[in-house]
Amino acid sequence: MKKHDTPMIDELENGPWPSFISGIKRLRDTHPEKRINEMTNDLLGQLEHSYETRKGYWKGGTVSVYGYGGGIIPRFSEVGNVFPASKEFHTLRVQPPAGNFYSTSMLRKLADSWEKHGSGLVTFHGQTGNIMFIGSTTENTQHFFDEINDYGFDLGGAGPCVRTAMSCVGAGRCEMSNVNEHKAHRLLVNNFTDDVHRPALPYKFKFKVSGCPNDCMNSIERADMSVIGTWRDDIKIDQEEFKKFVEMKGRKYVIDNIVTRCPTNAISLNDDDSIQIDNQNCVKCMHCLNVVPKALQCGDDKGVTILIGGKRTLKIGDLMGTVIVPFMKLEKEEDWERLVEIAEETIDFWADNALEHERCGEMIERIGLVNFLEGVGFDVDPNMVANPRESSYVRTDDWDDEAVKWYEKIDERKKGSA
Amino acid sequence: MGEKAKKEMRTPIETGCPDGFQYMHPTMRKNFGQWKYHEHPRPGVLLHVSNSGEEIWTVRAGTQRILDVFTLRTLCDIGDEYADGYVRFTIRSNIEYMVKDKDKVQPLIDALEKEGFIVGGTKNSVAMISHTQGWLHCDIPGTDASGVVKAMMDELIDEFRNNEMPNRVHLTTSCCQINCGGQGDIAINIQHTKPPKINHDLVSNVCERPSVVARCPVAAIRPAMVNGKPSLEVDEKKCICCGACFPPCPPMQINDPEHSKLAIWVGGNHSNARSKPSFQKLVAAGIPNNPPRWPEATAIVKRILSAYKEDARDWERINDWIERIGWPRFFELTELPFTKYHIDNWRGGRKTLNSSAYVRF
Repeated sequence: MKKHDTPMIDELENGPWPSFISGIKRLRDTHPEKRINEMTNDLLGQLEHSYETRKGYWKGGTVSVYGYGGGIIPRFSEVGNVFPASKEFHTLRVQPPAGNFYSTSMLRKLADSWEKHGSGLVTFHGQTGNIMFIGSTTENTQHFFDEINDYGFDLGGAGPCVRTAMSCVGAGRCEMSNVNEHKAHRLLVNNFTDDVHRPALPYKFKFKVSGCPNDCMNSIERADMSVIGTWRDDIKIDQEEFKKFVEMKGRKYVIDNIVTRCPTNAISLNDDDSIQIDNQNCVKCMHCLNVVPKALQCGDDKGVTILIGGKRTLKIGDLMGTVIVPFMKLEKEEDWERLVEIAEETIDFWADNALEHERCGEMIERIGLVNFLEGVGFDVDPNMVANPRESSYVRTDDWDDEAVKWYEKIDERKKGSA
Repeated sequence: MGEKAKKEMRTPIETGCPDGFQYMHPTMRKNFGQWKYHEHPRPGVLLHVSNSGEEIWTVRAGTQRILDVFTLRTLCDIGDEYADGYVRFTIRSNIEYMVKDKDKVQPLIDALEKEGFIVGGTKNSVAMISHTQGWLHCDIPGTDASGVVKAMMDELIDEFRNNEMPNRVHLTTSCCQINCGGQGDIAINIQHTKPPKINHDLVSNVCERPSVVARCPVAAIRPAMVNGKPSLEVDEKKCICCGACFPPCPPMQINDPEHSKLAIWVGGNHSNARSKPSFQKLVAAGIPNNPPRWPEATAIVKRILSAYKEDARDWERINDWIERIGWPRFFELTELPFTKYHIDNWRGGRKTLNSSAYVRF
């Protein structure tokens, strides 16, 4: 095998950060299997060609496994005549275990299967959250999938479908967890396996679950349905720990970094160095808990906030999710069923009403939030807006009926809490 | 497909997302939902303490993200020898090892560093850059995000290893304006600067023309007959060079070796802490797409980081910092030019203008 000269990408082997180019070269130079040596050699050749000409040379196509319509990112080389061993170089998107936990024995098993059928290159994880097995021929995608599917792994989404979901480390390790993130993640995405594997929706739909409003999964900005753990009672305070913190850092630090940083001015430092929190006005931003995790903890009346419609740029520009459910408990079985039902109703309404290639948030932007709420059966709530309408161009035909609905809801709530 | 072949095809088992619980460290399983607080004993290490008093120590390390099986096995070897055989990956593709005993932490760090992995990326560090595939695998890349990331992390490695930033800094890179890399405190993204070049001979065979027309955010594409063939034409004055037409219609080539530039955006923040989540804002464009090491882009990122490190207060993310000091001061401190292209003219863009008498002098 003649190795391609790669003077430009060789430059990426310099410097202290681990080099992916060195990794690909290890496969080319030291892997016992000739197929992998040749495939990675031609991959390096094509990559060098891209570096020299500043252009990409992959094109898509249609590749899937038997029984599914998606889950694989097909890549055919436009310069495959020069680099034949990597002319088919598809990626399999595989759903990771919720929370991205692995045993080393499972990782080894995946590595063994992958080097049997693929290039030997893998990423944990892609931006949507999939394990990306990068570099397989069309034929071998089926063999690799068959093998890993037998021991519990399944493909994720690609194309207009429900995509692989994400959840944070959550209750597994984090004291800020307010919900069983992994349960929410799996209940939601696994309810839609058919919609994951057989793309037939207007466009992609993503679930992301974060255990607290720090939102480590970036769900508000990146998920069509964002589930965020929160609580509605008081922040738990260990005043002795807090006083220790004040003693250690000084009052100025505490005032500058905790009191004045509270977005709703809900925090005071008492004269005895204890902390006082106006819990009714706490918006659960997490800042004070982040600064003093030993003294401040999320409350006990835990649940989730649900936002709908976050997405990145295509087509109309970036959109954040919008609060649809300000708070719901996830304790009893029926609570969890309701969570799934909300997802089902949202996806059904969106599938029926969206234009082709229109994300859920874009549909809401086009039809207005109220039409969406009425479509999926949610009452309006002032938590859904940053502020009420500013434009005076509005018809208020059924104002009196709507006002009655609001008061009835208040009465119901009062009865519920009585 | 013949009957025989059909029979041999294996029907998939639609198990979906596997349960992560089975792969969790036993101490984490035992204390699931029972964690009380955490501490940060040193960069790259987290200590979580449960209500029961049990501890779990986490060591986080940066890797090359695109792993070859040898590297993956090395990471597993370290996990077997020093960390009870359990790992996890963060959203920014760092690997994490969890151990029960404090005594195991230093040997684990030593083993990782010996193999060339970089321990760090916790708290107020510059975290690993979350990124896309680029020329290695994407079908529409304007650059090679993986290469940009490698070159940039070489320069930022000390900020990854230490905790000297006012708050955490999340960097992202994307190879096109679709921006799969996502929002970041600092985002380095390709910016196409010229309308697509159309190969009219191929359009009618390759592209479903109505869906290409529908894909354009500014309605600049229309069907047209060119050289007697059905094709598409672009109103080049309207075109915003976003590249959205390229995926459904590859004969509309948007990538351009000379005119694809990098742009830098700042102030994207996913967290709700202190203020609501925020989108990133354009601060620099026209940066050469200059492989193999993109020195011009790295230089600007370093300038922004150094101004932030110097001037921001504790706990301020980049968006919090700029909110306090104002945009004029940001451009002054970073010595970046402010141009007419910084003024947003997209729908709703008027909300980004200063409609007040708030001016800093």
